[in-house]
Amino acid sequence: MAVLRGNLMERISKDDVKHVAKLAELEFSEKDIEKITSQLDRILEHVANISSVNTEGITPTSHILDIKNVFRDDMAEQSVTQESALKNAPDEANDGFKVPKID
Amino acid sequence: MKNEYEPVIGLETHVELYTNTKMFCGCRLSFGEEKNIYTCPVCLGHPGSLPVINKKAIEYAVKIALALNCKIKKYTIFHRKNYFYPDMPKNYQISQYDLPLGVGGYLDVDIGGYIRRVWITRVHMEEDTGKLLHKGTTGRISESEASIVDFNRAGTPLIEIVTEPDIRSPEEAREYMIVLRNLILFLDVSDCSMEEGSLRCDANVSVRKTGEDKIGTKTEIKNLNSFKFLQKGLEYEVKRQIKVLEAGDEVIQQTRHYDSKTGTTKALRFKEEAHDYRYFPEPDLVPIYIEDKMIEDIRKTIPELPSVKAKRFEKQYSLPKYDSNFLANNKDLSDYFEQCCRHYNNAKNIANWIMGDFSALLNKEKMIIKDSRVTPENLCKMLEIIDKGKINSKIAKSVFEEMFSTGGNPQKIIEDRGLEQISDEGLLEAIIEEVIKDNPGAVEQFKEGKDKAIDFLIGRVMAKTKGKANPGIVNDIITKKLS
Amino acid sequence: MEIHYLTAHQLKDILEKKQISCTEIVESVYLRIEEVGDRLNSYIRLEKESALSRAGEVDKLISAGSDIEDFMGMPIAIKDNICTKNITTTCASRILENYIPIYNATVIDRLESRNYILAGKANMDEFAMGSSNENSYFGTVKNPWDTDRVPGGSSGGPAVCVAAGEAVCSLGSDTGGSIRQPASLCGVVGFKPTYGMVSRYGLVAFASSLDQIGPLTRDVEDCAAMLNIICGYDRKDSTSINVEVPDYKSFLKADIKDMRIGVPKELMVEGIDREVKEAVYRIIKLVEDMGGIVEEISLPSLEYALSVYYIIAPSEASSNLSRFDGVRYGYRNVEARTLREMYRRSRAEGFGDEVKRRIMIGTYCLSAGYYDAYYEKAQRVRTLVINDFKKAFEKFDVLISPTSPTTAFKIGEKMEDPLTMYLSDICTIPVNLAGLPAISIPAGLSGSKLPIGLQIIGNVLREDNVLKVAYSLEKAIGFTGRPGL
Ligand SMILES: [Mg+2]
Ligand SMILES: [Zn+2]
Repeated sequence: MAVLRGNLMERISKDDVKHVAKLAELEFSEKDIEKITSQLDRILEHVANISSVNTEGITPTSHILDIKNVFRDDMAEQSVTQESALKNAPDEANDGFKVPKID
Repeated sequence: MKNEYEPVIGLETHVELYTNTKMFCGCRLSFGEEKNIYTCPVCLGHPGSLPVINKKAIEYAVKIALALNCKIKKYTIFHRKNYFYPDMPKNYQISQYDLPLGVGGYLDVDIGGYIRRVWITRVHMEEDTGKLLHKGTTGRISESEASIVDFNRAGTPLIEIVTEPDIRSPEEAREYMIVLRNLILFLDVSDCSMEEGSLRCDANVSVRKTGEDKIGTKTEIKNLNSFKFLQKGLEYEVKRQIKVLEAGDEVIQQTRHYDSKTGTTKALRFKEEAHDYRYFPEPDLVPIYIEDKMIEDIRKTIPELPSVKAKRFEKQYSLPKYDSNFLANNKDLSDYFEQCCRHYNNAKNIANWIMGDFSALLNKEKMIIKDSRVTPENLCKMLEIIDKGKINSKIAKSVFEEMFSTGGNPQKIIEDRGLEQISDEGLLEAIIEEVIKDNPGAVEQFKEGKDKAIDFLIGRVMAKTKGKANPGIVNDIITKKLS
Repeated sequence: MEIHYLTAHQLKDILEKKQISCTEIVESVYLRIEEVGDRLNSYIRLEKESALSRAGEVDKLISAGSDIEDFMGMPIAIKDNICTKNITTTCASRILENYIPIYNATVIDRLESRNYILAGKANMDEFAMGSSNENSYFGTVKNPWDTDRVPGGSSGGPAVCVAAGEAVCSLGSDTGGSIRQPASLCGVVGFKPTYGMVSRYGLVAFASSLDQIGPLTRDVEDCAAMLNIICGYDRKDSTSINVEVPDYKSFLKADIKDMRIGVPKELMVEGIDREVKEAVYRIIKLVEDMGGIVEEISLPSLEYALSVYYIIAPSEASSNLSRFDGVRYGYRNVEARTLREMYRRSRAEGFGDEVKRRIMIGTYCLSAGYYDAYYEKAQRVRTLVINDFKKAFEKFDVLISPTSPTTAFKIGEKMEDPLTMYLSDICTIPVNLAGLPAISIPAGLSGSKLPIGLQIIGNVLREDNVLKVAYSLEKAIGFTGRPGL
């Protein structure tokens, strides 16, 4: 349910913050959770003032410019070498990027 | 008790297009070469890089959507689908969400006896991920201690085709995939190889008491990467769900992995983060308006599709339904067939040979008809020779085999090997005399009215003539002589 | 006057007169950097050696008779979120501390084709998130006018380099004011072009629909000259505008007679320092003396611009910054035994607090059940902001306002309270939401000798009006102040 904090003064809870951190692949210490929860709550409470704006029949803007149909032709361009592809790899094994056990 | 239940199945198919370059960058598509050699800042998700849409990919997508009878959305945009996984360079996939390219289409699937119309919910465009190689003994993700990522495939143009839950049996699912694959092959936009993974299929399955119309809890089955596995996996899953329900338990909504070794489906040991993809419009790309002109131009490039072709074959060449479908469902066979029809007028004969000995040899050699050395002209020459009674069907088989291996001209083969049929009565009389002389027993039996005996005598004549004798004439002469 | 304080066009003149060589220019700039660098911390990385050898090559070109183009042989500072091939580009973040781009940003290619010289990579707020340049993994940047104060942000480094003579000019990026606000606090010129005029290819994305690269310079003439180089269509950026690029220098005319200039009253209300307001009023007087027509105007939706921005920008950022996961490049926690642990620890240790805060806000605003109420709602209100500006520009050629509600504030002053920090961009944010071109020029000094900036906003693709008014006012104001260090 899209509840607007502006309307029902729904506060963001520590559990919300933990869930969002999971989605964002971030982690916080318990004490940081406290802090960030109150900071987010304050910010979200402020931005929720837009809920009072009447946007009946107003279309959302995701592009300021009315550009459309920007395409490339299907022409091959030079790829980078395997060496430069792997150049920044934190860990590398047989020509690939190595990652720890997937969980 | 099983048949109290009916399966409710919907399929999600991913098709890799064979454009020259990737969906959003100029890198070539790769075919299992060295790792990470077809990459660039864009498809490696390097900071600051930006996507640019491959026009050809859009055209191919429209082509598929049209062939599936979809409505093409005039206004369509890309969204970002956000989730973390190491084969995703940006940790979001550029895909489509609430404004897919095509909606509301259908595909008619002929399931020997009845037609199942499978409705297509949506056809949308997206980018493929890289490939994960799991280190460790089994190569299974669950047992490997580390994985290697290869981004050659990352950014390959993908079309996702989602059906309504209209499919009512694993067989239907399998047939749907076969028909869909043939269709896309006809469009010439993908090689649709399930082995290579350029055609992939996930299934949503639930079961319900027959007659009920509400849909039960579904599971999503992954790794159904062949027609056989699709059917086997679904059969297993349907049985499993029925067992669960029969035991009074509830089906749990989950993603399950089909294991072709055991023929079973297993719930993924670790399920991805509770799905919250946080879709939002891709701000690095601008909207696409597909003008009618573009749609019409693309429509013109769509060839006659299998179903239409089959009907035409029935009418135009008065072929039986089976033959028409058999040929029409395979682009190469049907093209070859029609080329033959230009040189020779008995279509049924052509069909028989293509579907019979020819296909048998092709399968044996794992070849496609385009690559065979038998030209339509030569096949037709051979059929004419048979019609003229110059060789019998038995000889024809061996002539054809030689044509198949050497690409030779049938007339020449027949002459070189002196296979021409003997219809010269004088010549045959002499041989028949001998045979009658050498086989008094059989002659007796014939006179006692045992018709079988004449076949034996004819067989002897054939043997003496190395099969070249005209059986009809031999038959006449023998009967004349012995009655 | 010291070489290191000359503008690019002044240097070009004496280069042409053979009174100086590029090598001397580069040397004088590095001399200055050695003199003040440690106190200001405006660079993350210096490219002295390559700069000097490039200078040598350019000197050869010149003595070989090649004519001297704008910025040829000029040492320029590049904000460290603009990719430079084979030169680390960190975004002032630990997570990219050792990241070496495998390609050049389009703006860098354009500059190289003009034989510019890379002085170094300038310090900034981590991933351009901040208004004080206190959010840098490489330390706070100091304001040359008072080193106890912030230079503004996020392009604090680029602003300070230009203000303190550590580069002839610089490139920054502006998502909500990140060029104009530090330019204002440091007493230099900063320009944010129309969204789409400068390719974003190679600019590490913060908020894709708002980001724009732009110049920070010592005067409006250098600004126009730099726009001539960096503006223009780029097929690698689908959002770049494919239009004829004008000669921006042709708009440098000191004449604003009969030009219609609006003053949005929403940008002159509470939170704006008295001294800052007074500066704006002084300028309004100047404008009228020069025959310009000034009127107040109301853009009611601006009241919500800050909220809209702090929903949209973090939302896009949360997605843009997902790619920093320790797989293909950047910092990785090596103790982690599983993938998810590696992700979380690498990102938790690699990102600073403000970046994490914004990722959290954005992720929340996009997450199931909140998208419509936050992100989509914000996109709708954004449309209202755009419509308000459209209306305003039916009546006015440009709008003027303070660039920043305050002069440079004390280091640490706003660190504990993100929201008050966010308010520092109240005047600049609406411009990004509407994709408009806007400049900040020095409007004078406060009583405590701190620069005050004036913002001039134009309609989409009307850089001409912005430059014309900026050039005219620059002449009229005659700001010549230099930081006392
Ligand atoms: Mg998909
Ligand atoms: Zn690529």
